[in-house]
Amino acid sequence: MIQFDGVTKRYADGTVAVDDLTLQIPTGQITVLVGPSGCGKTTTLRMINRLIEPTSGTITIDGEDVRAQDPARLRRGIGYVIQHAGLFPHRTIVDNIATVPYLLGWDKKKARTTALELMERVGLDTKMAKRYPYQLSGGQQQRVGVARALAADPPVMLMDEPFSAVDPIVRKSLQEEFIRLQSELRKTIAFVTHDIDEAIKLGHTVAVFKVGGVLAQHSTPDELLAEPADDFVREFLGGEKGLKRLRFNRDLDRQDEPGAERQDKPDVEAAER
Amino acid sequence: MTLAAANGGEPLIRWDWIGDHTGQLADLTAHHLKLALLPILFGLIVAIPLGLLCARWRWLYPPTLGVANVLYGLPSLALFMLCIPYFGIGSGGRADFTIIVPLTLFSLSVLVPNVVDGLRSVPDPVRQAATAMGFGTLRRLIQVELPIAVPVVIAGARVAAVSSISLVSVGTLIGNGGLGQLFVDGYSRDFTTPIIVSCVLIIVLALVSDGVLVAAQRLLTPWARRGTR
Repeated sequence: MIQFDGVTKRYADGTVAVDDLTLQIPTGQITVLVGPSGCGKTTTLRMINRLIEPTSGTITIDGEDVRAQDPARLRRGIGYVIQHAGLFPHRTIVDNIATVPYLLGWDKKKARTTALELMERVGLDTKMAKRYPYQLSGGQQQRVGVARALAADPPVMLMDEPFSAVDPIVRKSLQEEFIRLQSELRKTIAFVTHDIDEAIKLGHTVAVFKVGGVLAQHSTPDELLAEPADDFVREFLGGEKGLKRLRFNRDLDRQDEPGAERQDKPDVEAAER
Repeated sequence: MTLAAANGGEPLIRWDWIGDHTGQLADLTAHHLKLALLPILFGLIVAIPLGLLCARWRWLYPPTLGVANVLYGLPSLALFMLCIPYFGIGSGGRADFTIIVPLTLFSLSVLVPNVVDGLRSVPDPVRQAATAMGFGTLRRLIQVELPIAVPVVIAGARVAAVSSISLVSVGTLIGNGGLGQLFVDGYSRDFTTPIIVSCVLIIVLALVSDGVLVAAQRLLTPWARRGTR
């Protein structure tokens, strides 16, 4: 579990990016941080792996204060996926995926074998192993990004708008595979997006942020849709019209997977086979 | 096959002279190449760490670039002469450094900015991802940023190499100009063949060096083959 306790980030110019945030990101679940730009969701995410240091408050992962740990070592234990994948252009796909294992000093062969397994896992043809990132499509690069984050099997993953830069059709398939993958892996995931549809679709819980880094509501998607905490959240969900649409989509999603909570999805898939 | 007579019935090029001097021409070409390209090698050895320092501590860059530019602004002949007391005059051995050291300094004015620009050309998401995966600053510079800078660094080396090949000829004025020596030879004897031959060879050297560097870039950076970032 990742726990934020009274965390504030104030920049030198006085801007408050995150304001007295207390939030729990439960183990083995996807917690989506959503909100308009400038709401501090990315800052919040980056404080977990110390890319940004909080001004005050504490962040712990399974009870351990992140600031008590060496940043580089801490980061090697936390998967990180970003919008434009950020793949290393000068390394082949397999070496990109094996980045963290190399940093951890794994045997090269073992690192590569793991990387190849992960390629299959995220739905990439292993024939692409020796290619360079520029030879892949945006969607494929994003899959590599996910595989790279998973390579050393970290318990925690941070994902910053990972599917925002691809077209809607690719995004949909990436989201669905991500749900499938997570049902197998059960990582503790903090997932940032500005897209409320994505938040509702992927999150076990959804944390809605307001501009100024204030947490407006943190609840399950169903609670969020049933009872928006205030006018801001209602507005962010698109008002009455938006809520209607989101509830309708959610019902549709549920019909696709009858009676299934997301945690139980592997069983459903087993039953379908 | 003689070309039209230019002066006093003497042909523009006397092919038999070339045939008689192939050994000397080969030696001068090799020497010219050494005088021109060793400075690029030394320049890279200096510019890469300097560029890394400038990328790491940004305040270092403006003064470094300033010094490099001032050096480039100095007349090459003046710098050659400044070096004579230290390395001597003449051709070969220690005296070659009278040419090599100034040309190394000149190459820095192209190479340092290119190393820095190359490091800055690293896309932000890449740098960010590297940090987030647990690269320390130094490891990130060496394993991620420097390799990505290679195409831009080689582009700089190409410019520096061609300019260096042409500047070596100036060394003729202090008796060590590689193929440039043929200029003096030709002028003093009112004999066009060596002048034309040296011009052609210098141009060929520049083209070949450039081609070799392009090939080196393709080999070193297969990942950048479809247009560099």
